[in-house]
Amino acid sequence: MENLVSIGIRAIFVDNMIFAYFLGMCSYLAVSKKVTTAFGLGLAVIFVLGVTIPINWLIQNYVLTQGVLAWISPELATVDLTFLQFIIFIAVIAAMVQLTEMVVEKFSPALYGSLGIFLPLIAVNCAILGGSLFMVGRPYNLAEASVYGLGSGLGWLLAIVALAGVREKMKYSNVPAPLRGLGITFILVGLMSLGFLSFLGFTI
Amino acid sequence: MSTATAEVEVVEKKAEPLFSKKNKKLISNPLDIDNPITVQVLGICSALAVTTQMKPAFVMSIGLMIVAASSNVVISLLRNTIPSRIRIIVQLAIVSLWVILVDQVLKAYVYDVSKQLSVFVGLIITNCIVMGRLEAFAMSNKPWPSFLDGIGNGLGYGIILMMVAFVRELFGGGSIFGFKVFEAMGITYQGNGLLLLPAGACIIVGIIIWIQRSINGYRETH
Repeated sequence: MENLVSIGIRAIFVDNMIFAYFLGMCSYLAVSKKVTTAFGLGLAVIFVLGVTIPINWLIQNYVLTQGVLAWISPELATVDLTFLQFIIFIAVIAAMVQLTEMVVEKFSPALYGSLGIFLPLIAVNCAILGGSLFMVGRPYNLAEASVYGLGSGLGWLLAIVALAGVREKMKYSNVPAPLRGLGITFILVGLMSLGFLSFLGFTI
Repeated sequence: MSTATAEVEVVEKKAEPLFSKKNKKLISNPLDIDNPITVQVLGICSALAVTTQMKPAFVMSIGLMIVAASSNVVISLLRNTIPSRIRIIVQLAIVSLWVILVDQVLKAYVYDVSKQLSVFVGLIITNCIVMGRLEAFAMSNKPWPSFLDGIGNGLGYGIILMMVAFVRELFGGGSIFGFKVFEAMGITYQGNGLLLLPAGACIIVGIIIWIQRSINGYRETH
């Protein structure tokens, strides 16, 4: 249990998807102009990460790794399907995103309208595929993988809402003209990332 | 690549020259006014993550260029047969096939770089540049211009990557492509650790955008 809490906290703060690995930057920069939209996208990312990582964990450990197919028949014990990892993971992610899109459209048409193209684009949000690929590289069990997925999503939500908050206030600042918009946003993200560095070396 | 070469021959028979003015633009525009990173804001994740040293950044740029150009060609060949409702998943499937190829080649020939890039080779699949160009260009253009568009955007991405990696490796670690520059010149240099952190990359990209926009006059309102 303590282990799970520690993995969760690490995923949110220390290994934050945005500030430590820069995953999911495209939608992070594009959707962070308003806090409410940013919050909605963050929730969708939490959902997709929280669902796809356990599913991909099951696929990785019962289908793809060498020798694990033995549960079907002993002859398959030498089959190694890890080279199919990318395409299967992305298929799972695309399917889950389609599901999320349908759910959001049904229950919150307003949010669906404001997220626009960025909802289907969660499928190509690097944070989602990156989460699955990081999960494969670490010796997690199913519960730990689920907590890791939810934690990473929460960290992403935190990061995008924080940036959106700062950018809403940036409207009132006198930024040099060529730096306006994208340039200053990058520098802001850099400074916020420095702030998050203070969580480094934080052991629980 | 056999499909690509076959298609090139077909196009050559047509009246338009292979490197017409329009086609040259497809390559030169992404280098400056239509740069995938600094103007279109695509593919930022990997640009920031793989640039601590120049060698992985270089390999990554080549990998992305190959994937972007070849998936552009394939999608462009299939553009009239893909139903628009399921196009994203078709695009993802084609891109991941190319990425699997690149990944296997990297593992076979430059294993150390492949280890260093870790998940980021796989993340070419979700690199917005590839998807963005497929959606914006290859779905509505012929294979040869699509191929050039892929190469051009790969180059535009590569240039920014190399600039960021140059600054980070030179001032962060005191070397270029692993060659210790300051040591060779007999200067003791204490590396600036900030540049090696993710935060350093962000700030450098911000400054590059600032310089580029001061020169070409592109402005953005809030």
